[in-house]
Amino acid sequence: MANKIPRVSVREQEPAVRATNFEEVCYGYNAEEAQLEATRCLNCKNPRCVAACPVNINIPAFIHKVAEGDFASASAIIAEDSSLPSICGRVCPQETQCEGSCILGIKGEAVAIGKLERFVGDWGLDNASKEQVEIKTNGKKVAVIGSGPSGLACAIDLAKLGYEVTVFEALHKLGGVLVYGIPEFRLPKEKIVAREIDDLRRLGVKFETDVIVGRTITIDALLDEEGFSAVFIGSGAGLPRFMGIEGENLNGVVSANEFLTRANLMRAYDDEYDTPIYVGKRVAVVGGGNVAMDAVRTAKRLGADATIIYRRSEAELPARREEVHHAKEEGIEFKMLTNPTRVLGDDKGWVTGLSCVEMELGEPDESGRRSPVVKEGSDFTLDCDVVIMALGTSPNPLLKSTTAGLETNRRGCIVADENGATTREGVFAGGDAVTGAATVILAMGAGRKAAKAIDEYIKSK
Amino acid sequence: MFRIVEKRTLADNIYLLRIEAPRVAHSALPGQFVIVRVDEQGERVPLTIADYDKEDGTVTIVIQAIGVSTRKLCTFGEGDYIADFAGPLGNPSEFVHLSEEELKSRRYLFVAGGVGTAPVYPQVKWLYEHGCKADVIIGAKSASMLIYTEEMAKVADNLYIATDDGSCGFKGMVTAKIKDLIDNEAKSYDECVAIGPMIMMKFVTLTTKEYALPTTVSLNALMVDGTGMCGACRVSVGGKTYFTCVDGPEFDGHQVDFDEAMRRQAMYRKQEGEATDKHNHKCNCF
Repeated sequence: MANKIPRVSVREQEPAVRATNFEEVCYGYNAEEAQLEATRCLNCKNPRCVAACPVNINIPAFIHKVAEGDFASASAIIAEDSSLPSICGRVCPQETQCEGSCILGIKGEAVAIGKLERFVGDWGLDNASKEQVEIKTNGKKVAVIGSGPSGLACAIDLAKLGYEVTVFEALHKLGGVLVYGIPEFRLPKEKIVAREIDDLRRLGVKFETDVIVGRTITIDALLDEEGFSAVFIGSGAGLPRFMGIEGENLNGVVSANEFLTRANLMRAYDDEYDTPIYVGKRVAVVGGGNVAMDAVRTAKRLGADATIIYRRSEAELPARREEVHHAKEEGIEFKMLTNPTRVLGDDKGWVTGLSCVEMELGEPDESGRRSPVVKEGSDFTLDCDVVIMALGTSPNPLLKSTTAGLETNRRGCIVADENGATTREGVFAGGDAVTGAATVILAMGAGRKAAKAIDEYIKSK
Repeated sequence: MFRIVEKRTLADNIYLLRIEAPRVAHSALPGQFVIVRVDEQGERVPLTIADYDKEDGTVTIVIQAIGVSTRKLCTFGEGDYIADFAGPLGNPSEFVHLSEEELKSRRYLFVAGGVGTAPVYPQVKWLYEHGCKADVIIGAKSASMLIYTEEMAKVADNLYIATDDGSCGFKGMVTAKIKDLIDNEAKSYDECVAIGPMIMMKFVTLTTKEYALPTTVSLNALMVDGTGMCGACRVSVGGKTYFTCVDGPEFDGHQVDFDEAMRRQAMYRKQEGEATDKHNHKCNCF
């Protein structure tokens, strides 16, 4: 019986060691381990994992090929639905998607679908042809704004359809949140992200960095002056939120975006690089999502005592379970049911602590999670010298304010239909710019849907 | 990569770099800034645009070699390439939205301090080209630290120089010169624009407040991305928090919390080392 084999555990860096370096935490499966784990899949007639995958990867089919040792076929099966398996295998919240619905998970442990996807993705990167792919272009140009997951996925599909695609990136490096947000220890930049992007170059996709669409050039100019037939907006949700509490502008309070951008994009942890980072001795990270985990684990690696402060309980933490588990192993302290009310500072304006209250869970709110309520008289002070706010992000209003006819909703997200068509003709959008901060896989799926819609739109003209 | 087409020494440690960046030049307006990254290891440094030429596709920046990155940038010469040059960022100056008639009826007083003189130039030039008269005070420690005086003289209605040591023009700080113009020369203005070191802008706004003269300042806050992503450039204006990069860089000077802004500028001083410290002791050009 295949399902009698326990889930093949994956090799990882020792917690005590990895808490001091930025190397990848998880080593992933080797071929032997992957094949063994693949034999655990029951190949269900009605595979619930496929339905639970936001892009409906044919999971049993690719796993079957892994079990056979036919990694090329496994790679081809994933490629039908996903453009970035090495990335999604590492950062998808599998426990609430594919693995969360695996039949084996009811009585035991789910098949390690994420680790298998990662294995196949990495095999693909190692073994794919490095030759330029010859595609007959159709002479039509499409502009993609942003080189994050949605933009990359959209660009890949359009290039394969024969479009001349140019990706415009505001920052100096390609990859969007994959590069500025997610740390090296979770998603290696050169080994994985840069190689996925090299694959796009082989498809003929052009990249222009340092172009802030809305400032350097407008969408109108792309369509009217530069000859693009359509535009895809994949500009993400980059604007950080703050709590609006007293003392938030003290020296030592930073957004998770700032802290992570300094560490990841600017490599502030590397002495060779010029960008400074202020870590302090005791870091408090406010928030419970993946970004909060990334920030707290980065602070730990930079030598600080690091604590998560979250207003709900551990069960409600929105972060991937694996990240919470890894964070705990690395010695991160978790202060649950706690909410800051004020940032405290010294007479020079530097952070000295956080005034907090204890919370308890009340009735479920509109998100279905029990909403936290302040416990009367529970005020206390938590000493720290750095506070990192990881409270979520919203889309940048720049494109709306510089593009006539492009509507956004009250949360600042671009209004788009299920195929990504916005309120402006010829302009499509997907990913966090439309949904608000979500996952890499949803953004990638939206990019692919929009690519199809853009193809239909241009052909219909 | 972006090519340096011209490099000039303007004063001790102050350099002008003209950079080939056609897209930036095409879209640039007075008041905006760029983010410069010298090389792969470099910081992203925000620098206010000092001039732009849409015809030849170049953008001019003026830098003082003070920190790690600016010193590195100043070692580059004509023909060299810098890694990144992104912009134009931030909002253009408010006056670019005024009608020609409104512009003709307004009188501006610009107060420029030290290296902040460079970003004043494209504003005065733009106003000059649109038929609006502007007086300019350039302040510096001494004559040898003055920059952009010839260029400014061509576009300013009246140009006044103020030096701390009296080695050129009015002896005293720019704030004293503002008082002198209004009190002794019966000048009147509709708006003042002050660009220079934070401490100068603070004292200019305190002075203009006495005359109820609306005053715009351009803040040079710390930034990482410069596009609204990091929030390092948070500033309190009228009790509300704004991001200098996307909400500014120009704000109502009478509403800005300068003490907080100056304190926040020092956030990474320890890491940036003595170079920055030295600069801040030197910077009393108002």
